[in-house]
Amino acid sequence: MPESTWSGATARTSADDHVAYGGFHAAIAQRRLLLPALHAVQDSVGWVSHGALNYISERIPVAPAEAYGVATFYDLIATEPLPRRVARVCDDIACVAAGRTKLITDLEAEIGPENTPNGEGMWVRSPCLGHCEKGSAAFIQRAGEQAITIAPVTANQIAAILDGEPTTMATPPVVASSFAGLARARAMGAEAVREEVVKSRIRGRGGAAFPAGIKWNGVADASGDTKYVVCNADESEPGTFKDRWLIEQDPFALIEGIAIAAYAVGATKAYIYIRGEYREAEILLTSALEVAGDAPGIEIEIRRGAGAYICGEETALFNSIEGFRGQPRQKPPFPTTSGLFGAPTLINNVETLVAIPGIVSDGGDAFARLGTEESTGLKLFCVSGAVTDPGVYQVEFGATTRELIDLAGGAQGEVRAVLSGGAAGSFLTEDQIDVPLTFEDGRDADISLGSGAIIVFNTEADMTAITYRIAEFFAHESCGLCVPCRVGTSLQLDIVGRICEGADTDADLYDLDNIGWVMRDASICGLGHTAANAVESALRIGLIGGKT
Amino acid sequence: MYTVDPRRTESAEWADTWLGIDVGSDIALSNTVAREIIAAGLVNTEFIEHSTSGFEAYAESVQSWTLERGEEVTGVPAEAIRDLARDYAKAETAQLCWTLGITEHANATDNVLSLINLALLTGHVGRWGSGLVPIRGQNNVQGGGDMGSLPNKLPGFQNVTDPDARAKFEAVWGAEIPPEAGWHVSEMIDEMEQGGLTALYVIGENPAQSEADVSRAIRLLEGLDHLVVQDIFLTKTAQIADVVFPAAAGWAETDGTVTSSERRVQRVRKALDPPGNAKDDIEILTLLANSLGHDWEQRDAETIWDELRSLSPMHAGMSYQRLEALDGIQWPCPDEDHPGTQFLHGWLWEDPMPREPAAFSAVEWVPPVDPLDQDFPIRLTTGRRLDSYNTGVQSGGYRSPIRADAVLDMSHEQAADLDVSQGEVVKVVSRRGSIDVQVRLAEGLRHGLVFMPVHAPDVVDVNQLTIDAWDPKSGTAEFKATAIRIDKITRD
Amino acid sequence: MIETTLADPRLVEITLNGETALAHADATILDVCRAQDVDIPTMCFLETLTPFNSCRLCVVEVAGSRTLIPSCSRTVEVGMEITTESERVANTRRILYEMYASTVDLSLSDDDTRRWMAKYEVKPGRFGEYESHRKVKIQDDLYIRDYDKCVMCYRCVAACGTEAQNTFAIDVAGRGLSSTISTEFDVVLPDSACVYCGNCIGVCPTGALMFKSEYDMREAGSWDESRQTVTTTICSFCGVGCSLDLHVQDNRIVKVSSPLDHDVTDGHLCIKGRFGYAHIQEEAGRST
Repeated sequence: MPESTWSGATARTSADDHVAYGGFHAAIAQRRLLLPALHAVQDSVGWVSHGALNYISERIPVAPAEAYGVATFYDLIATEPLPRRVARVCDDIACVAAGRTKLITDLEAEIGPENTPNGEGMWVRSPCLGHCEKGSAAFIQRAGEQAITIAPVTANQIAAILDGEPTTMATPPVVASSFAGLARARAMGAEAVREEVVKSRIRGRGGAAFPAGIKWNGVADASGDTKYVVCNADESEPGTFKDRWLIEQDPFALIEGIAIAAYAVGATKAYIYIRGEYREAEILLTSALEVAGDAPGIEIEIRRGAGAYICGEETALFNSIEGFRGQPRQKPPFPTTSGLFGAPTLINNVETLVAIPGIVSDGGDAFARLGTEESTGLKLFCVSGAVTDPGVYQVEFGATTRELIDLAGGAQGEVRAVLSGGAAGSFLTEDQIDVPLTFEDGRDADISLGSGAIIVFNTEADMTAITYRIAEFFAHESCGLCVPCRVGTSLQLDIVGRICEGADTDADLYDLDNIGWVMRDASICGLGHTAANAVESALRIGLIGGKT
Repeated sequence: MYTVDPRRTESAEWADTWLGIDVGSDIALSNTVAREIIAAGLVNTEFIEHSTSGFEAYAESVQSWTLERGEEVTGVPAEAIRDLARDYAKAETAQLCWTLGITEHANATDNVLSLINLALLTGHVGRWGSGLVPIRGQNNVQGGGDMGSLPNKLPGFQNVTDPDARAKFEAVWGAEIPPEAGWHVSEMIDEMEQGGLTALYVIGENPAQSEADVSRAIRLLEGLDHLVVQDIFLTKTAQIADVVFPAAAGWAETDGTVTSSERRVQRVRKALDPPGNAKDDIEILTLLANSLGHDWEQRDAETIWDELRSLSPMHAGMSYQRLEALDGIQWPCPDEDHPGTQFLHGWLWEDPMPREPAAFSAVEWVPPVDPLDQDFPIRLTTGRRLDSYNTGVQSGGYRSPIRADAVLDMSHEQAADLDVSQGEVVKVVSRRGSIDVQVRLAEGLRHGLVFMPVHAPDVVDVNQLTIDAWDPKSGTAEFKATAIRIDKITRD
Repeated sequence: MIETTLADPRLVEITLNGETALAHADATILDVCRAQDVDIPTMCFLETLTPFNSCRLCVVEVAGSRTLIPSCSRTVEVGMEITTESERVANTRRILYEMYASTVDLSLSDDDTRRWMAKYEVKPGRFGEYESHRKVKIQDDLYIRDYDKCVMCYRCVAACGTEAQNTFAIDVAGRGLSSTISTEFDVVLPDSACVYCGNCIGVCPTGALMFKSEYDMREAGSWDESRQTVTTTICSFCGVGCSLDLHVQDNRIVKVSSPLDHDVTDGHLCIKGRFGYAHIQEEAGRST
């Protein structure tokens, strides 16, 4: 489309007086540029002013009210003036469980209270930044410079950066990949690739555990000239960091998995939606895509999230890419027939896609021989909190939580509780800790594997504060679309607050129970469905409430 | 969607392409589009052969309208005209919709004919989804025509010159109908000047404010021997009348029907009692007839409607009961089993053709009557805004937060050139008069083109400026193209 | 015409509350229920708008589904077994109404909402009494916006956007319970893209959006629907032919709406049709 006055060019030509292109169809086609545009302004100015929003609105074009609705949806986009540099410091449950509370007190001593400008800098608390194995983490937005994520980080470092000390992220160089799996896939043909994925019986590693083969065939069989592959790298579940770890280990494995998936389902374009705070992984992926060049055989675009847990939900993620508020859609229709931009879309988690080159090279049967009948292959678990060696551990399906804690060097101190599956998961009972972490055993024993997060709490941890923090997380992250979740997460927070203060009544407990099952039964998406899990399990095993 | 408009309006912003033609170059654009369609071999040959006549002469007449010439006259880049021509010709279905931008010109009828030519060239007429759509600015312009409020028509578009038609009406009405066509409004104004028209009965119009070159119109209205005005307001026209009949508001204080742009006859209903002595139009007319010595009985709206149905075949199937049940019916609707007609001219596609084929009309472009020159270098065009209605009599009363009636819109470039700023009062001068008006900077205009709404004649009377040259075929005046200059008012 | 036999491929057989029923393959569960006179409460759903799935009041049980299913947006499938009034459904709806009542002022919500709340014996104060925390926004002479009454059903956003007006003056801003309906940076409506069509008011189920005329009368205590008549007529302002419902009290127009089921308007109007009646009100002085 020609640049004209009507689409924001400053110099008006005589042709502009007599012709303009654009209109509704162009606006629809370009709406997907909205979030990147907001990011660009945020990165360069530090916040999105009314003038900047109007300029974006004119250029895309999109109505200012809609652009504002999108901007205010995301934590990492500010629509009010902020100091030039803002450090978002993780103090979430895994950090607390690991006893990393010193950073916050150091920051208070060194810089001042949270959310209070000091010079050109300010620090605020952040939900889990997903760097749990590395130590305390901070994501720092800097007007005019690239945002950076540092872990482990000290209060001194943060203070220096907020003062303007130049800091860049050290990322290892990427080395070209041979894409042997992709070559093999092309030699086999698309249908044969899908057949191997079916034979592998691999289930999605994002939490929903849907059989990948069914998805892949669904997209391949769906009608439409345009199809997408979307990689969900918006890993935001507290205590979960495996996807980030995988990308940092080998970005080419993910690119190869995406390329094979795109080939196998006939996709025309691929997206990687990566969590906005995952700076190093994003930089590595960008470099790797440059090095890979045309080798993947498909255009792969990286899209940055902007601080919204809900965007890990697949349909919310689509809306986010499309430039709308990252709210979920009612399913059906499912992404396989109507996903990104309404086209058939294969959306898989990073861990799932990374497993693909191996499945293609070694065969689906080889993959399926690992693990159990229903839970095939290897699985990554993120063990964090009060353990000696927090980290990502790969095991064959069938390991128990206790075994994984042992792999992580065992617990530090006396174990008070174990949270499985992150904030959306549940606190385990003593029995549950010895249940094999497979989909089938988990289902029978009422354990959510979720994202594979295992957070260990010892007796030092204040479990009422931890539970309150989880309730707070959901109230903060609920997108607000449906009533059960919008109101329910907030009511849950109020009641948990009262319980934590020791003022729990039978009426409160009854209400909490009611709110929990209405969220689970009537919410539109997984966020609402799981928002009561941790709180309910904390009550059930006596971490909060009467027994505390 | 393509939008053709001198201004880049909000509708134009929705369009995939906006063609910002110079005011009054509509026929130049149509003819260039036609030539391009013909030159590109995109005409609908089958349709032309089966359903039309006069193609060769027409093709010859547009031969000189190359894209280059089109660009020169319209100002629109040639490639945009080419794209429009090709997209229109290739579209499965396509409609040409227009409103007063086409018809408020001295060559209004030719403007419309030039569009009809395009539909005939491509077969975009008489089919579902394709057609020619004049969008009406008032709720009952169509209904007024349907009911015979035209100088040469009886209700149902039956010709007043047709003795059989007249006889049918005369038998029911018990009166003789003059056999020749009357005058349209622009002719009436001229006849007032010539002395051929000395008494006038105005129902629901405000010519003392709505006519082009309004000073002349007022002078002529004031010079009449007798002026009767029937209106819901004491309008400017009513104020100079000898007799005023206060009327009820048709849409809320009386029962009856109106006909929308899509020929849909719909029921209006009485929701309020009219104030004071105001009366239903039917009652006023009946009382007037009786005081003139006739003996009319007071009838209700439905009875009169049923009489109309008995005389106008296109309305015959539209009983009040059916109009209510179906939320209105589109004419023609010849009998009570007929569902109404969603689109017209389907006969063009019938084989054999039931009527004479549709004729192409060679039309030549002529520039606006009021030319731009050194003294009057700026083109003023007039129009409507969303929240207001015509002379503002009915819409001025509510407090619209977005009202911008009494302003002159101009581009930033124009304002810079004139050294005027937002809100500044300037003097606008045409060959006929001048007014003082506030400047408003507006998007969508270019240097040399300014715009004024027509809604606030009491504050800024734009029709002091407009030219009363009118189209001899339709009687509409050239509101859309006035040559002006803008003088900065310097304060001492 | 549709044949009502299974031979018609457009029909599917379902079970509704234990009884077999035939439904159009593209019908929603709610469509089928309404056709069969099975009553379902709704709040965010409106016939003329695409379901937004926010209120969840229309949920029903569908056999085999782990969660309850919103009937407004789910199309029927062959063999679907639907239960609309189980204890599980009733309890869910009751709690949803209680959630609303604890966060929103429902005093002007529609009759349907009151009826259902009575039926489910909703305890409005169960989750805490609702507290007013915002001021009524009065920024012009046509609208008021009282977001204390807003249930975030998104109807107004849809009506302002692609579903009717395509003006996009308002959208949802923020996230979660603190999200609100807002113009960009909460600018006053006259500074926004608003064209005052009033279609947002026309679709608002709770009186959060209201004509200033109605608001003033309510404040003065003179609003009395029992003394009002509603007459359908045609707007006088252009050739589209929009149906107007004139709400008249004491020979004055006090509100203008449009019938939802009218195929010219789908219930939507423009500023002139909605507000341009002042010229025939008494104070316009026509009788003098």
